Amino acid sequence: MPEALLFEKSRPGREGVSVPRCDVPQTSIPDSLRRSSLSLPEVSEVDVVRHYLRLSHLNYCVDEGLYPLGSCTMKYNPKVNEAVARLPGFARLHPLQDPSTAQGAMALLFGLQGMIAEIGGFHGVSLQPSAGAQGELTGILIMRAWHAARGDAKRNRILVPDSAHGTNPASTSMAGLAVVEIPSDRRGNVDLLRLRAQLDDRVAGLMLTNPNTLGLFEENLLEITRLVHEAGGLVYGDGANFNAILGVAKPGLMGIDVMHFNLHKTFSTPHGGGGPGSGAVGVVEALAEFLPGPLAARVAAGGEPRYEWRMPSRTIGRVKSFNGNFGVLVRAYTYIRMLGAEGLRAVAENAVLNANYLQARLKDIYPVPHGDRTCMHEFVAQGKIAGAPDIRALDISKRLIDLGFHPPTNYFPLIVPEALMIEPTETESRETLDSFIEAMRTIAREAVSDPALLHDAPHSSPVRRLDEVKAAKELKVTAG
Amino acid sequence: MEFKVDQKVRYSKTHEWVRVEGGEAVIGISDYAQNKLSDVVFVELPPAGKELKAGAACLVIESVKAAEEVFAPVSGSVVGRNEALEKSPELVNSDPFGQGWLVRVKLAVPAEIDSLMDAAAYTSYLSTL
Amino acid sequence: MSFIPNTDADRTAMLEAVGVGSVAELFHDVPAEYRFPRIDLPSPLSEQEVLSELDAMSGKNADCGAHPCFLGAGAYRHFIPSVVDFVIFRSEFATAYTPYQPEISQGTLQAIFEYQSMITRLTGMEVSNASHYDGATSTAEAVIMALNVAQGQKRRVILSAGVHPQYRAVVRTYTQGMNLELLGDDADSGVEELAGMCDSSTACVVVQNPDFFGRIIPPRSLAALAEKVHACGALLVAAVNPISLGLLVPPGDSGVDVAVGEGQALGNTLSFGGPYLGFFAFRREHVRKSSGRIAGETVDRSGRRGFVFTLSTREQHIRREKATSNICTNQSLNALAAAAYLALMGPRGLRKVAELCWHKAHYAAQRIAQLPGYKVHTGEFFNEFVLRCPVSADEINRRLFQRHGIIGGYDFSSEFPGRAREMLLCCTEMNSREEIDHLVTALSEVGNA
Repeated sequence: MPEALLFEKSRPGREGVSVPRCDVPQTSIPDSLRRSSLSLPEVSEVDVVRHYLRLSHLNYCVDEGLYPLGSCTMKYNPKVNEAVARLPGFARLHPLQDPSTAQGAMALLFGLQGMIAEIGGFHGVSLQPSAGAQGELTGILIMRAWHAARGDAKRNRILVPDSAHGTNPASTSMAGLAVVEIPSDRRGNVDLLRLRAQLDDRVAGLMLTNPNTLGLFEENLLEITRLVHEAGGLVYGDGANFNAILGVAKPGLMGIDVMHFNLHKTFSTPHGGGGPGSGAVGVVEALAEFLPGPLAARVAAGGEPRYEWRMPSRTIGRVKSFNGNFGVLVRAYTYIRMLGAEGLRAVAENAVLNANYLQARLKDIYPVPHGDRTCMHEFVAQGKIAGAPDIRALDISKRLIDLGFHPPTNYFPLIVPEALMIEPTETESRETLDSFIEAMRTIAREAVSDPALLHDAPHSSPVRRLDEVKAAKELKVTAG
Repeated sequence: MEFKVDQKVRYSKTHEWVRVEGGEAVIGISDYAQNKLSDVVFVELPPAGKELKAGAACLVIESVKAAEEVFAPVSGSVVGRNEALEKSPELVNSDPFGQGWLVRVKLAVPAEIDSLMDAAAYTSYLSTL
Repeated sequence: MSFIPNTDADRTAMLEAVGVGSVAELFHDVPAEYRFPRIDLPSPLSEQEVLSELDAMSGKNADCGAHPCFLGAGAYRHFIPSVVDFVIFRSEFATAYTPYQPEISQGTLQAIFEYQSMITRLTGMEVSNASHYDGATSTAEAVIMALNVAQGQKRRVILSAGVHPQYRAVVRTYTQGMNLELLGDDADSGVEELAGMCDSSTACVVVQNPDFFGRIIPPRSLAALAEKVHACGALLVAAVNPISLGLLVPPGDSGVDVAVGEGQALGNTLSFGGPYLGFFAFRREHVRKSSGRIAGETVDRSGRRGFVFTLSTREQHIRREKATSNICTNQSLNALAAAAYLALMGPRGLRKVAELCWHKAHYAAQRIAQLPGYKVHTGEFFNEFVLRCPVSADEINRRLFQRHGIIGGYDFSSEFPGRAREMLLCCTEMNSREEIDHLVTALSEVGNA
C-alpha cells in the first residue's frame, strides 16, 4: 500500500504541535529580516504518527529477521543500548559544558578509548570520527602528517588492494594522495610480488582490509606489514570486518599502525537506515600525538579521578564539531561492558562458525571462488546457477525478498563476477541459517524451472523493481 | 554478443570512433562501449573552444551504474557539441554512430587518424575482448 | 550470552557440517603467536548491572533538563515533541541498513525524500542531499563541492571569522592535503572586506548567518556579497541556523549557492555533541558536483510511485578515487528526526518557536544590559548575543553553576584567546521567564569581583 507524501496530506490550518505562549515582553522583529512564506506541510499530530508508522511498514529491518549483507555486520542491536543512550545525564548534556559538570560522560569516553585500545592492541584511540569513511580519512591524514613531520615529503602514494571497498580510494584522494591498486593472488590474498614491485620511497602506506572483502584472513599478513614498514610506509587497517577477529587477534600487534573501528557494525549500535555510526580510530604509539581531538584524558589528582579534554600535540585537527557521536559511543560502551573479553571472543567465534556453516551448505549449488578456504565472518558466492544461464545475482537477491529475507550484498567485491557476499553474524540461530539455506536452494530450483519468476521478483514487496534510469534522467529530488 | 561496427569510421582501443569530414572530425563511442555502459542518463560535454588532446579524457558519460571517461581519439578544438544529448542522452545507446555523436573538433594533427583502427581491425580487436 | 542464540549442541552439529573439529580451528589463518591474546577488560555485566552502572555515570553529569542552561554556540536545547521519539524508536527505521534494496526500504527512502523537500523549502534552495555528519562536515563538503565546481582550477577559499571556529577547524582538516589558500578568518571582517578578498582564483566564500557571535547578516548585505562573489565566478556558502529560518529570510533568497548547517536543533537531543546531522542544500546546476546520498522519485514496474537513491555515479562505491566525497551514507535516523520535527511544527509552529527564541534572548539581553559591569553586544541578533563580563567568563560560569545551579554561556577564551571576559549567551523557547530572571539576579550577584 503506497503512502502519500506529507505534502499531499497538507491542509491549510492544520497543526502538529501547540507552542507555548510567550511569557516575556516582546521585542519587535524588523520586517526586513522576516521571510515572506514557508511552505512546510501543515498536518496534525495524528497525521504525522500514521504517516511514519505506515512508512515504517515499508521497511525490512534486522529486528524482523536475517539481514545477511556482507561487510555490513547487521547483528542484533541490544535494546538496553537505547535505554542507556536516553538517560537524561547523557541525552540532555550540552557538548560545550565545562567538563567538571560532565564527569560521568568524560569517564565513559575515557573508558571507551581505553577498552577499544585494549581490544585492538593500540596505544591511542580517538572517538571523534563520525563513521567508517571519516575514520579512513582520519587515518590517511595521520599517515600523511607523520611522514611530513619526518620531513619525508615525497611519499604521496597509497597502495590499495583491488578487493577494497570504494571508500578506500576515495578517502585517499580526499587526503590529496594518489591511489595505486594492488591485485589479489589466486588464493584471494594480496599479491606479494606485485606489492613488492610497488614498494619504494614514494609509498606513504598500504590500506588493508583484513579479513578482506572476500571474507578471507590475509595469509601473509605479517609478511605484508613487514615489507611495507621496511619500505618506510605505514599500514592502515580498514576495520569494517573486525567482527571476525574480535577478541581473537589484536591488529595493533600484527603490524597495523592505524585502524578504524565501525562501532555500528562490530559493537552493535543500530544502523539507523544509513547512520549515525562511529568510526573510532586506533593508532600505535608513534602516531598517537597525531590523532584528531579532543580526547578525554584522566588527571591524576589523588582520590577521585578527574577528566579533562586534551588536544594531541601534533593533531591533524578536528574532524567533526564537538565530541564525536557520543550517543553511539554510549551504546558501544554498554555493549563492551556487557560482553567482557570472553563475550567478545564468543562473538567472533560464532560469527565465523555461522558463516562457515552457510558456506559449507551452499557451495554445492552456488560457486564460491575461495570455497576451499575457511572463511571468516563472511564469504563471497556467485549468483550463477547451473542450467539457468540468464539468472543473475540480482535476480536471486530479489527473489530472496519474496521468501522473507534481506538479500546479501550484490556485485561487491568487484573482482568476483556476480558476487553475493553473505555475512550472517553471530546473532542468528542455526534454525534461521537453515531456513535461509532452504530459501537459497528453492531459488536455485526455481531458476531452472521458472526463470521468469526470478526475473520478475520481488512479487511480495511494497513496490516492485524500480526504474533507476528514469530517476537519474528526470532527477525529481524534491516534492511538488 | 554481436556489436554493430560502422564501416566508415576509425576506432580507438578505448572504443571511441572518429569520422573525418574535411578538416573536422566527429567523435562518438562505439556500439560495444554503449552496451557496456548500459542506459546512459547524462553526458557532460566539454565547452566549445576547449582543446582536446589525443588520449586524454575529454568528457564523462554516466549511466546508472557507471561514470566512464571518454578519451579524445584525436587532438583538436571543440567546434560542435551534440546539444540533443542534454534532453535525450539515450541517443548514445540507440544510435551510437548517428544521432548519438558527442563532439565535433577541428583537427589539430590530421595524421593522428592514421594511427586509429579501421573497421576490420576494430572488429577483430573486439573478438579478442 | 543472550545475544548469541546457538547452544553447544548447535555448534557441534554445525562444526560437523563444516568438517572441522573445533571452533578454534576456524582461525588457523591467524598467525599462531597472535591468536587468542589476553584481553584485559572489566568482567562482563548483566543488563541489570550495566544499567545500574551507566545510570550512575549519567547521574554524574549536570544535565540541561535539571539545570537552567544558557549555552548554545552551535548546539541548541529545543523542545522535542514526543512523536519524534516514537518515530525514531521504530525498529523498521532504527535497525535497517542504508537502503540498498529499495523494494524493501521505501519507508526510509520516502522519509529521506520528504526530508530533502523540507530542507530545500526551509533554506530556499533547489536540491538537498540526504544529510552529512554534522554542521562542520557539511561546511567542509560545501568547500570541496565549490572546488569541484571550479574543476580544480581555483585554490583560494575565503572563510569568514564569523563561521563557527570548529567548522573552520574541520574545513582545515579536510583540505590539508589539497594545497589550498584559506584566508579571511584571521580578523573579524565584514561582508565588504570578504568581498574584497574574492578574486578570480577564489572557489568560494563561506559565511555564517546568524554568525558565531550571534549577529544577523541582513538579507541585503548578504545579497550584495553574493553578487560580488558571483562576479568572481565563485560560490557563496552560508552556514545557517535552521530554527531561525522559521522566521528569517532564507539564504536562497539572498543568492547563496550552498546552504549548510547543523540540523541538531530540529528534533535531535543534545547528547553531548552527537550524533547530529549536517544539512546540505544547493542550486540544481551543481548537483553533479555535490556529495552525499540523494533520494529521487521514480516508478516501479507496475507504474507505482517509488523512491531510489540516485546519481550514485558521483559516489565512492562507483567512482572510487574520483568520487565527489568519500562519504558512504548519511545521518539517516537524525534526518528522520528532523523531518518528523519539521512536519509536526509546520510553518506556523516553527515561526512561533523562532519568535520565542528571539523574544526570550532579547528580553535577557535587555535585562542584563542594565546590570552594572556587564555590556551586551548590540546590533541585530536572533537567539544569542555576546556578553562582556566584569570578570572572566570562566569565573562567572563557575560561580553561576556552583552558587545557582545555572549552566552559563559559551566561554570565548577556549577558542578566542584575548576574549576571556566575553561569553555567548543563548536563549531558546526552553528558557522560561523565571529562569531568565533567575539568571539576571545571579549574574548581578556573581559579577562582583
